[in-house]
Amino acid sequence: MDNENLKNIITSVIPECEFSADESQFLNVIVKPEEFRKLAEFLRYDPETQMDYLFCMTAIDWTTHFFTIYHLTSSVTNFTVVIKVKITDRETPNIDTVCDIWKTAEFHEREVYDLFGIKFNNHPDLRRILLEDDWVGYPLRKDYKDEINIVEL
Amino acid sequence: MTEQELITNIETAPETQEYFINMGPQHPSTHGVLRLLLTLDGEIIKKVEPHLGYIHRSIEKMCEKDSYQQIVHLTDRMDYLSCHMNNEAVCLCVENGLQLEIPERVKVIRTIISELTRLSSHQLWWGVMGMDLGAITTFLYGFRDRELITDIFEETCGARLTMNYNVPGGVMFDIHPNFQKRTKDFITYFRKKLPEYDELLTGNVIFTERTKDIGYLSKEDAISYGVTGPSGRASGFACDVRKRFPYSAYDRVEFKEIIYTEGDCFARYKARIDEMWESMKIIEQLIDNIPEGEHKAKTKAVIKLPEGEYYQRVETARGELGVYIVSDNKKSPYRVKFRSPGFSNLSALDTMARGNKIADLVATMSTLDLVIPDIDR
Repeated sequence: MDNENLKNIITSVIPECEFSADESQFLNVIVKPEEFRKLAEFLRYDPETQMDYLFCMTAIDWTTHFFTIYHLTSSVTNFTVVIKVKITDRETPNIDTVCDIWKTAEFHEREVYDLFGIKFNNHPDLRRILLEDDWVGYPLRKDYKDEINIVEL
Repeated sequence: MTEQELITNIETAPETQEYFINMGPQHPSTHGVLRLLLTLDGEIIKKVEPHLGYIHRSIEKMCEKDSYQQIVHLTDRMDYLSCHMNNEAVCLCVENGLQLEIPERVKVIRTIISELTRLSSHQLWWGVMGMDLGAITTFLYGFRDRELITDIFEETCGARLTMNYNVPGGVMFDIHPNFQKRTKDFITYFRKKLPEYDELLTGNVIFTERTKDIGYLSKEDAISYGVTGPSGRASGFACDVRKRFPYSAYDRVEFKEIIYTEGDCFARYKARIDEMWESMKIIEQLIDNIPEGEHKAKTKAVIKLPEGEYYQRVETARGELGVYIVSDNKKSPYRVKFRSPGFSNLSALDTMARGNKIADLVATMSTLDLVIPDIDR
C-alpha cells in the first residue's frame, strides 16, 4: 500500500477532505471536527489500515484557527498518516475525544486542553495536567500574555 | 470447613473501605518530583493517578522565541540521561529541513556517543533499580562503571552530564585523540563487569520474586498507550526506531532488536540488560572505522527552515522521542512539539499497577525508568 491507495481509502470514507503532502514527509489529511471521529474509528479498526499506534498528538494555534494534529501509524503495516482537524471556533473550541480508541490520547488530550484550551467531548477526566488547576489562560496560544515570565525583545 | 461454611464466612467478613494515599512528590522511588495518588483497598492498588508538572518549564513555548541553535541546548534538560540523543533529534530535524549533507564522520561519532549515553543511562537505571528494591550494592556498582563513561564524555565533549555536543550540521568539536582508545578500554572492561550485574541481581531469588509476573502490560496495551523503548519491547511491541527508521549510522551496523513477550517487570529488566550487550556490539563495530573528514558541515549563522513541517524520531534510552517542528520561514520555529517517551510510558502505569501491592508499584516504576523532567518538559 502506498500513499495513493491510502488517499483512495480515506476519500471513500470522508469524501470532503483535503490532502497535502508537499510540505511534510507524511501524508496529511485535513478534516472537519464533525467528521474526525468517523475517520479515526475507521483507520483504527479497518483491517487494511490498522492504525493502532498514535505516536504524537498535539495542536497548533494559527491565530485564526486551531489544528489538532494526530500522527498515526500502524505496527502491522508501518504506514503513517497525519490527521489535522481544523477548528475555527476560537471561543469554545471543542472536538470529540479519541482516548477510547488510543489510550495514550487520554494524557495527550489533557495536555492539549491544558496548553491550548481545546475541549475534548466525552473525555473521562479532562483536567489540567502540567499546570496548576487555577492557572489563568492557555500558554501555547499565540495571544497569551505573561508580562512577568515572558520577556519580549 | 465445608464449602457452605466457607461461603458464609466470606459473606459475613467485615467490609473494607477504599482509601487514598499520596506517594510523592518527595518519595525516593519516584526519582524526582512526581506525585501518585493511590486508591487502595487494604494494600491492593485499585487506581493510580499521576499528578505531574512540578518542574514544567514550558520548553515548547521557549522554543518559539529561540533560534534553532539555542533549541538544542534546551533539549538537554528534558531527559538528562539521554541528552545526546535529544540533541541529535533536534539536529537531525533541522538538517533534514535544510537538506544539509552531513559528513560521514559526524554520523559515526554521533552513533558511538549515543550508544555510550545509552549504556550510561542503563547503568544508572540498573543501580537505582536495585536500590529501590533494597540492594545498596548495585547502586555503587552502577555508578562505578558509569563514572568511566562520563570521564570519556568530559574529555571529548567538555561536560559530564548535559554535554551539548551536537550542533545543527555536525558536532561541536572533533573527538579527543584519546577517545578511541579509552572507549575500547572501557568496552573491554565492561564486557567483564556486565556478567557481574547478572550475578548480583538477575539470578537473585528475592529479586526475581519481586519482579516476575508483576506489573504486567499486554502488547495491545503497550501499543495503545504508546509505551516504547525497552519497556514496550518487553511487551512484544517491536518499536525500536534504530531498526524501523534508521538514522545516523544505524543502517550500517548489525545489532539485534531485543524483544520479550512476558511484559512483566522482569522482562523489562532483562530487555535493558540485553540492550547493554547490543550497545557494546554497535560501538565495537564503529570505533575503529571512524571515517576521516570534517566534524561539521558548514551552516549559516542564522538558520531559517523553509516553510513546512518536519518530524524526526530517535531512540533514546527510554523510548521514542519525536521532534515536530512547524516552520514559517523565520529564524525561530512557529511551533515545536516534543513527543517525550516518558510521558506516554507513564500513562500506562495505572494499567500496570492495578491489582498489585504498593511495594510492587516501586518495582513497576523502576522498570519503566521514568525521568521526571522528560515527562514535565
